[in-house]
Amino acid sequence: MPRNMSLTKVPMPEQDPNVRNKNFEEVTLGYTPEMAMEEANRCLHCPKMPCVSGCPVNIKIPDFIAKVAEGDFKSAYEIITSTNSLPAISGRVCPQESQCEGKCVRGIKGEPVAIGRLERFVADWAMENLHDEVKKPTPNGHKVAIIGAGPSGLTCAGDLVKLGYDVTIFEAFHKAGGVLVYGIPEFRLPKAIVQKEIDKLIAMGVKVETNMVIGKVLSIDELFDMGYESIFIGSGAGLPGFMGIPGEGLVGVYSANEFLTRINLMKAYEDKYDTPIHRSKAVAVVGGGNVAMDAARCAKRLGAEHVYIVYRRSEAEMPARKEEIHHAKEEGIEFLLLTNPTKILGDEKGWVCGMECAKMELGEPDASGRRRPVKIEGSEFVLDVDAAIMALGTSPNPLIRSTTTGLEANKRGCLIADDTMKTTKEGVYAGGDAVTGAATVILAMGAGKTAAESMDRYIREKNQ
Amino acid sequence: MYQIVKKRQLNQDVVLMEVKAPYVAAKAQAGQFIIFRVDEQGERVPLTVADYDREAGTVTIIFQTVGNSTKELAELGEGDYIQDFVGPLGIASHFDGVKKACVIGGGVGCAIAYPQAKALFHMGVDVDLIAGFRNKDIVILEDEMKAVCNRFVLCTDDGSYGKKGFVTQALQELLDEGNRYDVVVAIGPIPMMKFVCEVTKPYDIKTMVSLNPIMIDGTGMCGGCRVSVGGQIKFACVDGPDFDGHQVDFDELMRRNSFYREQERSKECRLIGGKGE
Repeated sequence: MPRNMSLTKVPMPEQDPNVRNKNFEEVTLGYTPEMAMEEANRCLHCPKMPCVSGCPVNIKIPDFIAKVAEGDFKSAYEIITSTNSLPAISGRVCPQESQCEGKCVRGIKGEPVAIGRLERFVADWAMENLHDEVKKPTPNGHKVAIIGAGPSGLTCAGDLVKLGYDVTIFEAFHKAGGVLVYGIPEFRLPKAIVQKEIDKLIAMGVKVETNMVIGKVLSIDELFDMGYESIFIGSGAGLPGFMGIPGEGLVGVYSANEFLTRINLMKAYEDKYDTPIHRSKAVAVVGGGNVAMDAARCAKRLGAEHVYIVYRRSEAEMPARKEEIHHAKEEGIEFLLLTNPTKILGDEKGWVCGMECAKMELGEPDASGRRRPVKIEGSEFVLDVDAAIMALGTSPNPLIRSTTTGLEANKRGCLIADDTMKTTKEGVYAGGDAVTGAATVILAMGAGKTAAESMDRYIREKNQ
Repeated sequence: MYQIVKKRQLNQDVVLMEVKAPYVAAKAQAGQFIIFRVDEQGERVPLTVADYDREAGTVTIIFQTVGNSTKELAELGEGDYIQDFVGPLGIASHFDGVKKACVIGGGVGCAIAYPQAKALFHMGVDVDLIAGFRNKDIVILEDEMKAVCNRFVLCTDDGSYGKKGFVTQALQELLDEGNRYDVVVAIGPIPMMKFVCEVTKPYDIKTMVSLNPIMIDGTGMCGGCRVSVGGQIKFACVDGPDFDGHQVDFDELMRRNSFYREQERSKECRLIGGKGE
């Protein structure tokens, strides 16, 4: 097939915005083999491979794309999984525009190669077509513990089990998956896909112990006493922040964590599940990240007539993936940019009946390099809403660090770890949001990978 | 899965269960709570630990059948299993330096007041225990409570058993008699806890309350359980569930706890085959 010089990506089929904003099924439907091969032919196979340098797990991108172009999807899958054990997930949720695709030469003039879509296609194809017996690695006789069954923990567990370790994951919730199951909605990342990845790990021999809140049920030191030789902490950043403005205690104000957990983990939108959720008429979601987009799109799907994103900076500063912003707009989410809440208003019963906001303008750049929003005096107005969702970012949970001597954290509560993911406590490694604060799934996966290498080295050296 | 090893109906609406959960039993302390989920479709429901047996690996819970989940749980019997049982969560109660205490339980709250009184009594603290119920028919744990205090006052709202009146009146009488306490522990319906705090406030007696707000995870993740304590946002699951009652905004808590009441009702209607809403 000749090289495809189209300036735009092969479009990926998706549900119509006005249909999908009423259901929880996946928004994007994925490429067909023909579409994938056509898109794969847009890759120029640059010798310097800038895309690979943009990938936190160093997927050999041009190599797998070459195999896709040939129609050899099995080989493409093998190339991807040699460095990334969860491609069906990263292909869907990675911020490709600021990673691999952000470095793609085709993006200089036109759109970059749709690396994310191709990764997803290959992973989905493999799930459907490859049913090889999972090979159980030969046990090496060493026990390791992983705390948290989110993206970093699952990746770390996968790499260690392949090396022959006896791996146990301790998960606080009743279900494994972490943010992939409680945070990211079904319509963006179907839970069946996450479950398949977890089942694969279990088939390889990984044990998953749910309902185990480490720091409460067992301490890190007790895990060492139980014979685990090294421990990985991937407990994420689960602690929600609030603004500290009047009215946040009113009925109808949620953290995005609460709202999304009710929907994604507890399936409150399905009748047969017992967890309740209130169906509001007009919802304000405060924040500009992926979590804010997820919460807004869930609120819309629950039937809200108006859903507003209230964000204090402009669209250019929004941390959300471009695709999520685009999809949210298509689905009818209303964006109130350069707008900041000042007060949440309640009725006589203490329920939310409005949100007072002020208009903002951008001033000098702040510590983050983004221009600081400054309130325009006298610009206050009231937004007519009956629910408010705070999606302001999260910080790591203190349960583990506060019950483990020798495990140090910085002033933001993030565990201190070096480049090898080694913490300040011997034998203990950490990665993902527990170390970085709220970041991305793929960075967490990368950290889990590095930690697995370090833990393997640590145990081998100790037993020499 | 977690097995129910013992079940006892304490009154028409209150059930005691012992659940086999060795990890929870090994660490549980008075004041902490667990979260259960009956089955795959169930919601996560917090319940304060009523008792535990470290050797047998069991944890005792006592609950009133108020919502769908507690009703589903109450339908299970000895030998049955529940899907999830996680804990111990929250911070255990601390009573260092306490010499004389008054523990007050209201209704099913006595199930939690009882282990608190027991813990204090076994520490050698002089314990007065006030237990209040609406009427004689719903009295629970009378013998158990009597055994862990120096003075026991039982009152009913309608006077059908024990003293007639509310726990606040009984407390006021004890205070009028000259009793002074290092701590008052009040556990029961929110209005009861609020009014107990109003009684103790003029005497400047430290008053601890155990809160049971709406929550999902119980580990500090959802923030649904936030309460205003001394003007600050606290999460009952990790900062509590015990708080200084004189600092708690009970009115806000009451409003927040009413959030899903209508949905509970309409779901109940569906469950019994009636028309929802």
